[in-house]
Amino acid sequence: MDTRTSERRDLIERLQGIARDLRIADIEMLAEAGSGHPGGTLSAADMIAALYFYKLRHRPREPLWADRDRFVLSKGHCIPIVYAAMAEAGFFPAEVLKTLRRLGSPLQGHPDRTRLPGIEASTGSLGQGLSVAVGMALAGKLDGAGWRVYCMVGDGEIQEGQIWEAAMFAPRHRLDNLCVILDANQVQQTAKVVDILDEDPLVAKWRAFNWHVREIEGHDMAQIVDALDEAEQVTGRPTFIVSHTVKGKGVSWMELDPEWHGKAPDQEQARRALAELRGEG
Amino acid sequence: VATATRDAFADALVRLGSDQRIVVLTGDLRDSTRTEKFLERYPDRFFDVGIAEHNMLGIAAGLALSGKIPWACSFSAFVTGRFDVVRVSVAYQEANVRIVGTHAGVGVGEDGYSQMSLEDMASMRALPNMAVLNPSDAISTEGAVEYLVDHRGPAFLRLTRQKVDDVHGDDFRFEFGKAVRIRDGSDVVLIATGATVAEAVKAAESLGGEGVSARVLDVHTVKPLDEEAVLAAASECRAVITVEDHSIHGGLGSAVAEVLSARGGTAPLRIIGMREFGESGTSEELYRKFGLDAEGIAATARDLLKAVG
Repeated sequence: MDTRTSERRDLIERLQGIARDLRIADIEMLAEAGSGHPGGTLSAADMIAALYFYKLRHRPREPLWADRDRFVLSKGHCIPIVYAAMAEAGFFPAEVLKTLRRLGSPLQGHPDRTRLPGIEASTGSLGQGLSVAVGMALAGKLDGAGWRVYCMVGDGEIQEGQIWEAAMFAPRHRLDNLCVILDANQVQQTAKVVDILDEDPLVAKWRAFNWHVREIEGHDMAQIVDALDEAEQVTGRPTFIVSHTVKGKGVSWMELDPEWHGKAPDQEQARRALAELRGEG
Repeated sequence: VATATRDAFADALVRLGSDQRIVVLTGDLRDSTRTEKFLERYPDRFFDVGIAEHNMLGIAAGLALSGKIPWACSFSAFVTGRFDVVRVSVAYQEANVRIVGTHAGVGVGEDGYSQMSLEDMASMRALPNMAVLNPSDAISTEGAVEYLVDHRGPAFLRLTRQKVDDVHGDDFRFEFGKAVRIRDGSDVVLIATGATVAEAVKAAESLGGEGVSARVLDVHTVKPLDEEAVLAAASECRAVITVEDHSIHGGLGSAVAEVLSARGGTAPLRIIGMREFGESGTSEELYRKFGLDAEGIAATARDLLKAVG
């Protein structure tokens, strides 16, 4: 095994460990808060770990650093997993996670950029964050800047018409500094996505809109890292990563169950979830 | 001279356009919003997003959060009508977006109600940090545009399709949040905004001929409202009339009523504005029909003064 291969293997293992830690922090946070959206945070955990601990160029102690990469969580209800990553990266002390959703907390139920430095966009009304990310990417192009923009959308969220307005705009303006990740976790608030609005063929749709499209198994860290690396090499068009995931991933009895879209675990459920995430029988 | 304030806006923006922070967006309305003038001079900072106003507002927010000063331009009905994007992506984010809505009110004329924004000041005023500017003529529009370049926070600029007579002279200086006393008087104060200011001035002139002394205030900044000017007028005049080409709910009249009731104003108040949907017709016909023209304003003033005694 050459050095690069072993470095890659170490990176993947490190990111897998971080993703597990983020899931643990996420469940602890939601149980403490008593409300929130576990399903879509758990499905996004691996990608968020790869973004915050591998791909994004950021300075946690200097959150407004001009040359930072921007990350917009368009599916804003899943922000706790990002808070967990930000705490782990050093944007703020881990104790702050316990204030999630409390009066006066910078950790609002949905992200608020004015209350928490490091949050790039206030989202929560689904379908809006992608346009904001497109605007940032456009500004980067106007300035000839080197920073890139990443945006995560949900598979329920892309039912919003505004998503498709942005989908038409970004390739037209050759925004190759934009990488969008679809957390295709298969389940929306009340039912499976396929049972509400069948979105297939997803890849064909985004390709037809002239995006560079890559499809991955979204809990396979090696595939995540490869896809994020590939996006940086694409020129002349934005990248769309279809990340096939499982809503509630990591807690077996939450997986693919709409029940766990918007309900926090109680103390006993959290204990069981944490035991499973920690691999304790 | 009569000028459509949308023209004055675009001319001012072109004059200020060498500022690299300025980016102009429109949704297939470069002609109607007059922003094609900016496109001619600064094509690299002009984007036609297509008929997609939600996306236009979101892109504007993203540009603003990256240091640009974006002007998102469309008919007011279509840009403020995308309220959810304005409230979350623009206002809640404290994004320095300038929302420019042309075709304000029934002054739009023949196109009819769907193109007439009669609720925009109400909805924009409800957002905590949104400034609302509704200038009355070419000169005050230029002043507003110049001011807005460096304003901190989101702002809504409301403009007319139709030409409006100049009410300000060359010595006019735009002061954000300050009402302008165009004419002094002590029997009644006509507090007007936008295209109705010129009508209020004409109404005051005809009232003057009848021995009624009418003050005229131009409220080019509807939010924040110049509360002191309103209170002073209400204490120095016997009656207060507000005039707007907008719904009587939530606009200038409401803002004035809020101030008077909260701060002890006792003069009787009449709110002139729209109580129903608009319709097709010339803007002159519509102003007459809905009592927004000089004659309608003067008639309301006579009525009110008679009631006051």
